[in-house]
Amino acid sequence: MGMLSAEAEKKIQEIIARYPVKRSALLPVLFVVQQELGYLPDEALEEVARWLDLTFLDVATTVSFYTMFHRRPIGRYHIQICRNVSCYLCGGEAIREHLEERLGIRCGETTADGRFTLSEVECIGACSWAPAMQINFTFYHHLTPERVDEILRSLP
Amino acid sequence: MEKVRVLSARFDLPDSHTIEVYLRTGGYQALRKALTTMTPDEVIEEVKRSALRGRGGAGFSTGMKWSFVPRDTDKPKYVIANADESEPGTCKDRVLMEKDPHAVIEGILLAAYAVDAHLAFIYIRGEYWYLKEHLERAIEEARERGFVGANILGSGFSCEIIVHPGAGAYICGEETALMESLEGKRGYPRIKPPFPAVVGLYGCPTVINNVETLASVPPIILHGGEWFRQLGTEKSGGTRLFAVSGHVARPGVYELPMGYPMKRMIEEECGGIRGGKRLKAVIPGGSSAPILTAEEVERCTLDFESLAALKSMLGSGAIIVMDEDTDIAQVVYRITKFYEHESCGWCVPCREGTRWMRKLLERLLSGGGRPKDLDLLYELARNIFGTTHCPLGDAAAWAVYPAIEKFRADFEKYVRAPVVSAELPEVSAPRRLAV
Repeated sequence: MGMLSAEAEKKIQEIIARYPVKRSALLPVLFVVQQELGYLPDEALEEVARWLDLTFLDVATTVSFYTMFHRRPIGRYHIQICRNVSCYLCGGEAIREHLEERLGIRCGETTADGRFTLSEVECIGACSWAPAMQINFTFYHHLTPERVDEILRSLP
Repeated sequence: MEKVRVLSARFDLPDSHTIEVYLRTGGYQALRKALTTMTPDEVIEEVKRSALRGRGGAGFSTGMKWSFVPRDTDKPKYVIANADESEPGTCKDRVLMEKDPHAVIEGILLAAYAVDAHLAFIYIRGEYWYLKEHLERAIEEARERGFVGANILGSGFSCEIIVHPGAGAYICGEETALMESLEGKRGYPRIKPPFPAVVGLYGCPTVINNVETLASVPPIILHGGEWFRQLGTEKSGGTRLFAVSGHVARPGVYELPMGYPMKRMIEEECGGIRGGKRLKAVIPGGSSAPILTAEEVERCTLDFESLAALKSMLGSGAIIVMDEDTDIAQVVYRITKFYEHESCGWCVPCREGTRWMRKLLERLLSGGGRPKDLDLLYELARNIFGTTHCPLGDAAAWAVYPAIEKFRADFEKYVRAPVVSAELPEVSAPRRLAV
């Protein structure tokens, strides 16, 4: 213990209590931990394993299956640009290129100041408002290069 | 055809997501009716009569699914709302949950009552985090009014609902993979049978339905299965939400009766092809559905039977529209890359096949394609089809070989002409093996 705030720990215990089988709480608990630490280091997985009566490997091999969990620190703003078909048809590639140029990084990279991580992701469910991206959990629709610049400028 | 709004009836009302608006517009009356005047079996019969078929992709009869849950069991039973919406092109559940979360909740409660379940889950994709919180608030509102929790409306029936986040894996939309994931494991699909109705979550009988399917249940109970069925076709009852994307003037989520002409939807609801271009192709049910030509679109109506006759499927109701300038080979490449990324790796034909197809397409599109590559790609897709234990492999194959059949020229233009050269190829001298 000690890694997380008291508030996060309380939330985790509440989540675990909700499920008929403890292990079911794994994904939601990992989200709370990741929200708190920014990523999921080994020590955090050890801790989660203890809470849920699992082994470190049970947790680590589950984590590696899901794209939303990060085992290494990522940028403060995680820009996730959709590369799937509806966004592609509506000019998603140009948006990706524009973002890469503006941030000076390629997809999969983080800016030197740790502010932005850029990722290409599969369909995020914004197809009718394409092209789209998510920054952390916020959706941005109907993107144009100008709109992207505006969004980047508006981030605190 | 009359355009009755059943699922989207509240979408345009201000604060449509609140329980006040929901109650003012007939909300939770179906639950009251079921709990006070109907037996669980009568609820299932009404849903069977409605010809409601699953809105997630497979299109299985909802009433049938519910009736498969055994009565004489000591095991607890569960209801799961599949809100993992990740089929490329699909964004209708997102709108439904945002605009009318209580319709989903009431549907879940009716399903739980029908099969005698006391715990239900909404498994929602992690990317929809704001909707997870949105649904949790709605559940609390419903709890405060006595619709969720113990002894609902004094009927003796109790049900809790937990909203559970996924964490980024397309395969978890497949019902058995979803259950593995909900159990806190890697999302590997299970082998069926046994089906979830008998052996589902935690090995217990489980009803799993798409959220739109569940949101269709309250109106069915309120107005009768026959009323709902008549809104659609004989075998595909009711209306459904279609997410239209791509090259139309007005992309969006539209509610239309089953059996509505696809061409008319594109032209009237969606304002036709944008920029006055001509239609080239439509992917009709999410990226897993075989592509249709413009000529096939002319003949197509939006129901399960019509799409099946065209050897495609209505799937998740995602209509991806492409104009005459679209390069189908590029589209297929994107989709193949997606399936490669999302293959869970369990079955060899899917894991290796999707990668091989992606590589072939990459070589083709980068100008290095050999004349035989197109046939190889075609054969490869045919060989993945039917050889995997969940439908992801089939979907990957369906995205490729019908596209080659129907739009071969789009692929052929990338094939490098065979080079005829007088010069002998350079062959390096055999090397000795260092032992």
